[in-house]
Amino acid sequence: MRLFIGVIGLYLVAALALPLGLMLAKSLQGSRDEFVGLANYVRYFSTPALSQSIGNSLGVSILSTVITVPLAFLYADALTRSRMPFRGFFKTVALVPILVPSLLPGLALVYLFGNQGLLKAALFGHSIYGPIGIVMAEVFTTFPHALLIVLAALALADARLYEAAVALRASRPKIFWTVTLPGARYGLISATFVVFTTVVTDFGAPKVIGGQYNVLATDVYKQVIGQQNFQMGAVVSVILLVPAVFAFMVDRAVRRRQVALLSARAVPYEPKPQPLFDLLMLAYCVVIGCALLSIVAISQFAAVVKFFPYNLALTWAHYDFDQKGGGGWASYYNSIRLALLTSVVGTVVVFVGAYLVEKARGFALGRGIFHFLAMLPMAVPGLVLGLAYIFFFNAPANPLNVLYRTMTILVVNTIMHFYTVGHLTALTALRQMDPEFETVSASLKQPFYRTFWRVTVPVCLPSTLDIAIYMFVNAMTTVSGVVFIYGPKTELASISVLNMDDTGEIASAAAMAMMIFYTNVGARMLHLILARALERRTQAWRRR
Amino acid sequence: MGKALRREVGAEEVGRTVTTPYLRISRLTKTFGAFTALDDISLEIVEGEFVCFLGPSGCGKTTLLRAIAGLDIQTTGRIEQNGRDISALPPTKRDFGIVFQSYALFPNLTAARNVAYGLENTRMPRGELVKRVHELLDLMGLAQHGNKYPAQLSGGQQQRVALARALATSPGLLLLDEPLSALDAKVRVHLRHEIRALQRRLGVTTIMVTHDQEEALTMADRIVVMNAGAIEQVGTPLEIYREPASPFVADFIGVMNFVAGTVVRDGAVRLGRSELACDVEGLAAGTEVTLAIRPEDIVVHDGGRSESNALTVRVDALVFLGSFFRADLAGDAAAGVLLRADLPADMVRRRRITEKSTLSVLLPPERIRIYPRSPVNR
Repeated sequence: MRLFIGVIGLYLVAALALPLGLMLAKSLQGSRDEFVGLANYVRYFSTPALSQSIGNSLGVSILSTVITVPLAFLYADALTRSRMPFRGFFKTVALVPILVPSLLPGLALVYLFGNQGLLKAALFGHSIYGPIGIVMAEVFTTFPHALLIVLAALALADARLYEAAVALRASRPKIFWTVTLPGARYGLISATFVVFTTVVTDFGAPKVIGGQYNVLATDVYKQVIGQQNFQMGAVVSVILLVPAVFAFMVDRAVRRRQVALLSARAVPYEPKPQPLFDLLMLAYCVVIGCALLSIVAISQFAAVVKFFPYNLALTWAHYDFDQKGGGGWASYYNSIRLALLTSVVGTVVVFVGAYLVEKARGFALGRGIFHFLAMLPMAVPGLVLGLAYIFFFNAPANPLNVLYRTMTILVVNTIMHFYTVGHLTALTALRQMDPEFETVSASLKQPFYRTFWRVTVPVCLPSTLDIAIYMFVNAMTTVSGVVFIYGPKTELASISVLNMDDTGEIASAAAMAMMIFYTNVGARMLHLILARALERRTQAWRRR
Repeated sequence: MGKALRREVGAEEVGRTVTTPYLRISRLTKTFGAFTALDDISLEIVEGEFVCFLGPSGCGKTTLLRAIAGLDIQTTGRIEQNGRDISALPPTKRDFGIVFQSYALFPNLTAARNVAYGLENTRMPRGELVKRVHELLDLMGLAQHGNKYPAQLSGGQQQRVALARALATSPGLLLLDEPLSALDAKVRVHLRHEIRALQRRLGVTTIMVTHDQEEALTMADRIVVMNAGAIEQVGTPLEIYREPASPFVADFIGVMNFVAGTVVRDGAVRLGRSELACDVEGLAAGTEVTLAIRPEDIVVHDGGRSESNALTVRVDALVFLGSFFRADLAGDAAAGVLLRADLPADMVRRRRITEKSTLSVLLPPERIRIYPRSPVNR
């Protein structure tokens, strides 16, 4: 078992710890790799053009958070506390943004509010290129993440508390303030930090619609790609790590407390019909749902007409990717390959890793370090990880540099980038299993791997499917993690979107982004069918 | 150590031929940081014996079981099984079958596959394996349930599958970790008898951990009463009940009256204003002691003054408990102390005893146990 921990541990070290360490070191070096102490940082903070990005980043992040979290909370309240119709449909609609790259809302906003936009007048002369556009795009992107967290928190509601409040003749608003809100407070805090971190580290939206408004994420990109100033790129990355790590730590602390809240035995809450309230909630969900769908719809529409909004004649010309600035159709197939590889290899690595952390006996220090490394990627923005990979895998002295610009390194990077959520999902599933399975097997003189294969894997299969689809969808949409390390032969669909947008082929960019969307929808549906089939097959031994 | 002596006497009183013990635990200690979970435990178990580890939660009984299984290796000490030193062996190298409170049945395998689990991967031919599984399921009365999954079985049935699985490999030692506590009362009582009968039939040496004294009293050949990581007493159920070695055991097993008194001379103890005859176990006059007597041992009598150990008491409260009444007795003679007595229902009716009645009760000398009073034990 120690051997297995060692092997996967080594993977985490090579794919995460060493690159990050090297990046920290780079931020302290000059252009000829000599040690210069904090000189780079001093230069960064004494260059207003650079350091003002910190304020910009914080500004858009806070604004996006303040808008997204209440919107998501109300939406979650509608889904869980009202009896409005089509709740399942509205939940599905709200999750659509997860399936598209974060570049897509930027493109759609350009069509809606750009210089030739339909709704340009609604901005009263302000430009969509800049903080307004970034915030709008980020609200779209982060809405489902906030919603899922708040939904989970509201699902814990205890019906007895509501009954007690009603019996004490509390009014609806009073019940909201004294029961609903306190019950969901950890969820709200968690959602706040998740949204904040996502926005601070997001690269796609500010790249497409940020215009001249610099934020930390685009600065890293500009320093590295535009000016080839890797040291300064490392400095900005380290600065970008600070809020992400801080938010991550607060979130972990809060989640730990929420677990304690869960342990009490609660009676699930069942809302009763309240015509007026249900109607208002329905209206609200319709508005939000339309807003979310309109972003996707406008992208698809613009992709199939000649020149939106002037010439609305239908055409497939924008799908002729091979004639455009990006990587052509090849990049789309590369993305599919990456997503499949990431999903298969990633699920195996993540699940076996989580199993070792949870079920191995002894070797506590090794398992502790392993768990820490598994949790770390959550706090590391994709751009930072990508830049760290340049430093580590492009170094001539590193025997692993044969991997540079190959599909393998993209897979390694993407697995690492999305490792934590998969790890936590697997841990949750493993913790629901009787801890004595391994003991019983040992008493029956069976090797641990036999129990793993015969019992653990079959019982955890639904969770492993969840990890696989999560890895697949994210591998399709990610930009930030891979933008520094793709090669001429390994350009991806999401990168193509970025590059076609750069060369002004926005309609093709939107078309490619929508290809990613449809692929993800297809993958999701396949996942659903598989999960259903699995459920039917294992119904006999599953309770409920 | 006095305890060690008592233990050996106890083993002989069971009436077994004294052989080399099957399991010998010597000077076992287990610490978790500053906390001592097992404190110098020594114990011997002979082949075919059914032994219960009994004690309140946190007393170390489960830790001891897990040390025997090799799941949590002891800090110091030695365990020998069948003459073999197994102290440092991992669970896979030891010879035992185990059943947990949660059963830990593999949910995705049928009852039959669960039972077969430990037999697969051995060199046992397929046909023999199938036969053995059938045998075991038959033995447990589960013949027609072999193809069901654990979730489709009742708690009692699941428990029996777990037992069959543990016994499938014919282990020399069967370990049961609170096997009945997840079941409801009726099934529990039924399974007690079943497990006991099965153990007798197979003759497998068995250790069961439980916090349920009734379970231990009805099932065990010998009971090991544990408290705070140490063994308080080892003995047959009858010994443990009749002659508890310490106030802890007396209090933990059954119901016991405790009354403060003082040794007057050899064979007599002062209790309030009365003097009671009893065995003072060599304690010197003037020693502060605790008297202990079980409620059912207090006898109502006709009040002949000549009777020794008689007390005049008033009935403060009378609670009907089916076959008997539990009476709270108080009296000047007993210096304000309260005694509980279990009075047979028909006797209470015959004598027309009610609350506020005045009675004369006997405390039979041979039923009184005394313990030196320490500030810790009440």
